[in-house]
Amino acid sequence: MAYISLPSPALPYPTPLHIPDGFLSGPVAGVGYALATVFVAIAVWRTNRSLGEKSVPLMGVAAAFIFAAQMMNFPVAGGTSGHVLGGTLTAILVGPWAAIIVMTSVVGVQGLMFQDGGLSALGFNVFNMGVITALVGYGVYYLAALFANGQRGWVLPTGVFVASWLTVMLAAFATSIELAASGTSPLHVVLPAMMGVHALIGIGEGLITAAAVTFVLATRPDLIEQPQRVAPQGGLS
Amino acid sequence: MTKKGYVALLLVGIGIALVIALFSPLASSKPDGLERVAEDKAFVDKGKDAPYEVIADYAFPWVDNEDAATILAGILGVLVVTALVLALGLGLRALSRRAAIAGTNLAGPAPPASAGGKTGPKER
Repeated sequence: MAYISLPSPALPYPTPLHIPDGFLSGPVAGVGYALATVFVAIAVWRTNRSLGEKSVPLMGVAAAFIFAAQMMNFPVAGGTSGHVLGGTLTAILVGPWAAIIVMTSVVGVQGLMFQDGGLSALGFNVFNMGVITALVGYGVYYLAALFANGQRGWVLPTGVFVASWLTVMLAAFATSIELAASGTSPLHVVLPAMMGVHALIGIGEGLITAAAVTFVLATRPDLIEQPQRVAPQGGLS
Repeated sequence: MTKKGYVALLLVGIGIALVIALFSPLASSKPDGLERVAEDKAFVDKGKDAPYEVIADYAFPWVDNEDAATILAGILGVLVVTALVLALGLGLRALSRRAAIAGTNLAGPAPPASAGGKTGPKER
């Protein structure tokens, strides 16, 4: 991302949470790479023993959709824009661990090929936008699905909205801590500002994710696993 | 679902993504969340440009029309991430199948004695 000299204001430059080079200190960037490596390794370990046949095309569809959706910055108040992260949606479609593989691939291609997010910040960009969103988003969705218990209605879409809004807030929270730890901006300055902006961006994320899940449930309900209280065997997929 | 069903699902999904990419020039070009905060809180200058550029700012090089450059970058990105994730997914699926055959998949090796819970293991 060209932060210093924007080539043209007419070009979209999406980065609601993509941290550019220069914002993170060396040690902080190293912690990011370590965290991302650990979680991607767990994701590979989980998925290389239990990936279902249906998951492969769904992973491809999710990757295509998330990449395209992340280009579509939508305006929020105050001359600011945001875009979906999509970790919650991906996790609902393919499960949390396969979602980490998908999100890491998307964020990796964005960083390496499109210079969206810095190389030094790639670890934390993967962790913030791929790991936190997939795990927390799936966890909250799982609880909402148990609560809805297979019933049609507003419970599940509302739960999906809350899950995805929460992941944006948590990712913004994590980003603030990383920026503060790097000495880029003091926490009492950056944290309230980040949370305020992303509370609005999260509404967009929540609406789009809830709409997408509702659309898939209406057209292809077989694609989405809905955990139920009466299910014979629960557990993370 | 049949093999054909999977391919159809994939094509529809990629199709939706490509349609979204066609609309990418309409995306808001206002500074996004982190950028806005970086500008307001005066740390935007700490940002550095990437050490190298391939398709920076989602603008396909050698294309003068900005809208066309953005759309081409979007289409290329969609195809690249999809191919990458499908390759990874197929690899992980192949490993999962081997694990299932070897009986070492996650659901496989749980011994019945450990599944008893509070009431204690029940021998069958």
